[in-house]
Amino acid sequence: MPGYAERVKVFGIYIQGGPIGVVVATGGIRRVIEFRAVTKRFEDGTIAVDELDLAVEAGTITVFVGPSGCGKTTSLRMVNRMIDPTSGTILVDGKDVLTVDPPTLRRGIGYVIQQAGLFPHRTVLDNIATVPLLSGWDKRKARTRAAELLEIVGLDANFGKRYPAQLSGGQQQRVGVARALAADPPVLLMDEPFSAVDPVVREDLQNELLRLQAELDKTIVFVTHDIDEALKLGERVAVFQTGGHLAQYAKPTELLSAPANDFVASFVGRDRGYRTLTFLHAEVPVHPVATAKLGERVTITDWTLVVDEQNRPRGWLSGVDGEVEVSERDLVSGGSLYDGSSLRGALDAALSSPSALGVVVDDAGAVTGVVKADDVIQALAKARAAGEVPK
Amino acid sequence: MGGWLFDPAHWSGTTGIPVRLLEHLGYTLLTLVIAALIAIPLGAFVGHTGKGGFVIVGLSNALRALPTTAVLILVVLWAGLGDFPVYVALVLLAIPPIMAGTYAGIRAVDPVTVDAARGVGMRESSVLLQVEIPNALPLIYGGFRGAALQVVATATIAAYTGAGGLGRFVFDGLALQDFGQMLAGAVLVALLAVLVDLGFAGLQRLTVSPGLRPVGSGGKS
Amino acid sequence: MTWIFENWERFWEVTAVHLRLSVVPVLAGFALSIPLGWWASRSPKARLVLFPFANVLFTIPSIALIVITPVLIGTKILDEINVIVPLTVYTVALMIRSVADALSAVPGNVVAAANAMGFRPLRRFLTVDFPLALPVTIAGLRVATVSNISMVSVGALVGLGGYGQLFTEGYQTDNTDKVLAGLIGTVVLAVLADGLLLLIGRLLTPWARVGR
Repeated sequence: MPGYAERVKVFGIYIQGGPIGVVVATGGIRRVIEFRAVTKRFEDGTIAVDELDLAVEAGTITVFVGPSGCGKTTSLRMVNRMIDPTSGTILVDGKDVLTVDPPTLRRGIGYVIQQAGLFPHRTVLDNIATVPLLSGWDKRKARTRAAELLEIVGLDANFGKRYPAQLSGGQQQRVGVARALAADPPVLLMDEPFSAVDPVVREDLQNELLRLQAELDKTIVFVTHDIDEALKLGERVAVFQTGGHLAQYAKPTELLSAPANDFVASFVGRDRGYRTLTFLHAEVPVHPVATAKLGERVTITDWTLVVDEQNRPRGWLSGVDGEVEVSERDLVSGGSLYDGSSLRGALDAALSSPSALGVVVDDAGAVTGVVKADDVIQALAKARAAGEVPK
Repeated sequence: MGGWLFDPAHWSGTTGIPVRLLEHLGYTLLTLVIAALIAIPLGAFVGHTGKGGFVIVGLSNALRALPTTAVLILVVLWAGLGDFPVYVALVLLAIPPIMAGTYAGIRAVDPVTVDAARGVGMRESSVLLQVEIPNALPLIYGGFRGAALQVVATATIAAYTGAGGLGRFVFDGLALQDFGQMLAGAVLVALLAVLVDLGFAGLQRLTVSPGLRPVGSGGKS
Repeated sequence: MTWIFENWERFWEVTAVHLRLSVVPVLAGFALSIPLGWWASRSPKARLVLFPFANVLFTIPSIALIVITPVLIGTKILDEINVIVPLTVYTVALMIRSVADALSAVPGNVVAAANAMGFRPLRRFLTVDFPLALPVTIAGLRVATVSNISMVSVGALVGLGGYGQLFTEGYQTDNTDKVLAGLIGTVVLAVLADGLLLLIGRLLTPWARVGR
């Protein structure tokens, strides 16, 4: 059973590089990748991509999302010429990709794919060093760079000598990201990179990607079929529709509040009202809460929040009236933490807490008080009245 | 029965066991080198491009059906006695398993790995030489070692047309009704086959990446 | 080619012998390899004994085995048994692995479902396991058959029948045409047998071709 402290850490990473900060930070717009009337028709006649017009801005994460067969992956693979378009033009940094020889083009663009696609016969370090070596770096420099990247993607140095088969799926995918970053390409293409790992690891990897992006400021195109992943990672999201049509290209909030058509509305989901909360940042009143430390003797009348020495939440205590010694085994755990990020976080904290009180924490993870679900609903009503929420 | 084999008189001279062993080993190794030089590039090319797979499979099957004795005799009749007919017959025998192993090995490389190789900017030659062939090595060795066993066993027949090798003991023993000599020849061939296979197993261990060993055995090397 | 048409009767005669000498070992070897393969698929210990043993059998040259067999089982040097026994041994050595692999590859959930429905072991083997193992088994049988048809010729080197006789006679009389006749006969026989087994396999396993 993970304690509160661990969750705070995970959550902390999420806020650090979260979409909110980056959206605001986007300054002067530079188009790094441009699709101009791009169509891909396969030999069997199926149209995978139909007249795609789209521009990807520098330093952003742009997500292509849609059901299978919608052309999102084909679109991505046309950027580094893994597939060539039937008609239309794709520009990378203003240059028509068809004028560049594919291997040269690809060495300048990072590429991460589902299941990582690591070379099973090469050690982790050699896998990461692949592109630098292809580009003619000397072996020593490439190895040093690879070791640096291992650290950047959060893997211990002793992983370098292992072979891919000795890593978990999540670890393999981290190495896949490191390999793509090795030659420090300005553009990163990621094709369903996290689809093959379990949900818990996937969330870790997503958070890690946001953290990395906050540091590295790459232009990332990310393909997924998972709308939650798209809304979490994307600063701009392109929703593709079956038949290779671009249905809508917008910021996540806009997709939720103003879906362009029925397809987008249904793809974004029925609970989009609840999802919208993710992007709302209204004031919710924070109430004081009774706290106690482990080992203390306290008199309890109602739900009491047990905290550690740094005032970080450990769990709830209840069910007894009178004086007790606070011990670990009496704690009722559970409940997410509200860090002031969005109304969704506040509501979730309140609804998932055993005491119905959502624990509010500051950046250090220390308890500042609690929120109540009723207050969140009222805040939502206010936001609605102010026109921030779609009816 | 083992008397013939352990008689010191049979262990010296130009027709002794060591000389015949070396001859047999010589036929085997040169045959395998020639066959590998033909079969691996062919199998790799077809495996890499994915075109003409049915030709490889068809050719392998047709060659497998070819009786080595007949090929040996035909080439002797055309080109005269000597080592040349032996090599023609044995190389034709060794090509199918090596070619099929190479082809199957390349086809069996995870398409995701190959896609990644192209995606990071490898040229087709690098995709084949740096990724596909190293990953196909276990199956290439499988075919190669199968071929080696067959060649060692079948090189015995070379003696039928007067060539050397351990087959001499089998055919000379047959002519002389010397059962001990025949048995010694057979045992020596089987022994040589086992040794050759062990040698290639060692080579395989040295040249195949530890990353391709079955999971669980990677740790203890 | 002219030799075949000028010596039609002789050609048929050796064809019949060749066919008999190669088909009998395939059938006998196949029959023996089913229980052995089944055993190997069930018991890791059996695999540990049977597989290396089969590998060693392969390394014995066919000519040597053919020559030694009469001494071991006391038959006359020109008895057809001397070819049939070694080829049966080779067939078993090859087929044990095919049968064991094929049976091991039968999906565990299918076996569990059959058990849950109340199949008794023998009936389950005959109606569930074995049919599902057929495609892989037949693939092994095709290899064994083709290699047997090619190997029968070796028997001629010690005076036994089949196309091999055309090789040795052709060699002794410097008659290339006669050798070619035997070679063509062998290859045609192998291709026909292979095709026949392929066809039988398809007829017996219609489910393997649907989908995909």
